[in-house]
Amino acid sequence: MAFTLYALIQTAILCVNAIAVLHEERFLSKIGWGADQGTGGFGDEPGIKSQLMNLIRSVRTVMRVPLIIVNSVCIILLLLFG
Amino acid sequence: MIQLQKAFYQSCGGGAVCWKVFASDTMDLPHHGYRATKPRARAAPPSADPVLFEDTSFSGPPVAPQGYYSAEYNMGGATGGGGVNNLFTDPMASAAVMYGSSLASQGKDMVNKEISRFMSVNKLKYFFTVDTKYVMRKLFLLMFPYTHQDWELRYHRDSPLTPKHDVNAPDLYIPTMAFITYILLAGMALGIQKRFSPEVLGLCASTALVWVVIEVLVMLLGLYLLTVHSDLSTFDLIAYSGYKYVGMIFTVLGGLLFGTDGYFVALAWSSCALMFFIVRSLRTKILSSLSSDSMGAGATAKPHVRLYITVATAAFQPLIIYWLTSHLVR
Repeated sequence: MAFTLYALIQTAILCVNAIAVLHEERFLSKIGWGADQGTGGFGDEPGIKSQLMNLIRSVRTVMRVPLIIVNSVCIILLLLFG
Repeated sequence: MIQLQKAFYQSCGGGAVCWKVFASDTMDLPHHGYRATKPRARAAPPSADPVLFEDTSFSGPPVAPQGYYSAEYNMGGATGGGGVNNLFTDPMASAAVMYGSSLASQGKDMVNKEISRFMSVNKLKYFFTVDTKYVMRKLFLLMFPYTHQDWELRYHRDSPLTPKHDVNAPDLYIPTMAFITYILLAGMALGIQKRFSPEVLGLCASTALVWVVIEVLVMLLGLYLLTVHSDLSTFDLIAYSGYKYVGMIFTVLGGLLFGTDGYFVALAWSSCALMFFIVRSLRTKILSSLSSDSMGAGATAKPHVRLYITVATAAFQPLIIYWLTSHLVR
């Protein structure tokens, strides 16, 4: 596989988009991955599942606005340059 | 004049942060205060961290910096600064030189300020404090780690020792140089097989870089998800990932010099050496970190998981070495 840096950027944008479209109420809570359904244990071992849930929630919160901008720029560039 | 200065500052700073579109309003406010305090701040000589570097550069005459500052103070004045320094007979040329150098240094300060918002330059400098002896020993260690006894990092008053003083410390000089050498070797190998073109060189470079980025991201993700609280920073991971380029160079050289058999022998040797090196180096950092924290049932799960991470990292190295070099030595 020959990767260009552009391919890396594209992969990153697609992955972050994929995480951002996971809706909190409609989807994540239904499969038990909602943010308020953490194990709640204050022990010193969060576990993989709660770490993943935390990661998804923080990515969705942090990257919401930058993703809008980056996606718009991508759309415009693809429209202009194919 | 002032508008010209401002435009120059903005282009210098803008070149460095052109992708940061919201910076324009944040750059103005510190800019004015920065310029006012700059002569005072620069009056003292820049103090290098004494632990990192000894100043072996030839120190210029002390008259020149003071000439710059007093020339800058006189810039608003009517005189062209001809009486301040005696380097040029033409006062206008000397004034232009002073002005240009002061502009350049202010642009450089602005770029440094912007960059230091995202990564600490001092931390990066720690990874480049190497000397010849360290590089020699580290390269030997990467190719033959089986006789090395002591893999612990040495500390000096709670901060890790620089690579100059501790051969176990990771550095970024060897990975960078090895990466560049690998690109050049790839170009040479393709040229020998008459498959060279400049695009292929760029493609090879970006492929290798992308694989390093992927590996570092996967390692960071793994360490985060499994709540392994080690003191491995991102730069450490980049350093340990970059050490595989030395193995790649050795493999490609073996393939070029001795044909396909030499390629596989060199591949086997460098894979084993690199796997051993990675396991021993990461073992002290990952497996023994904060083991006193976990108590109860969690403690039994942790060492297994950490071992899996270390072994997975080590096992990934031969695969990527083979992937990135096999097409060069066909």
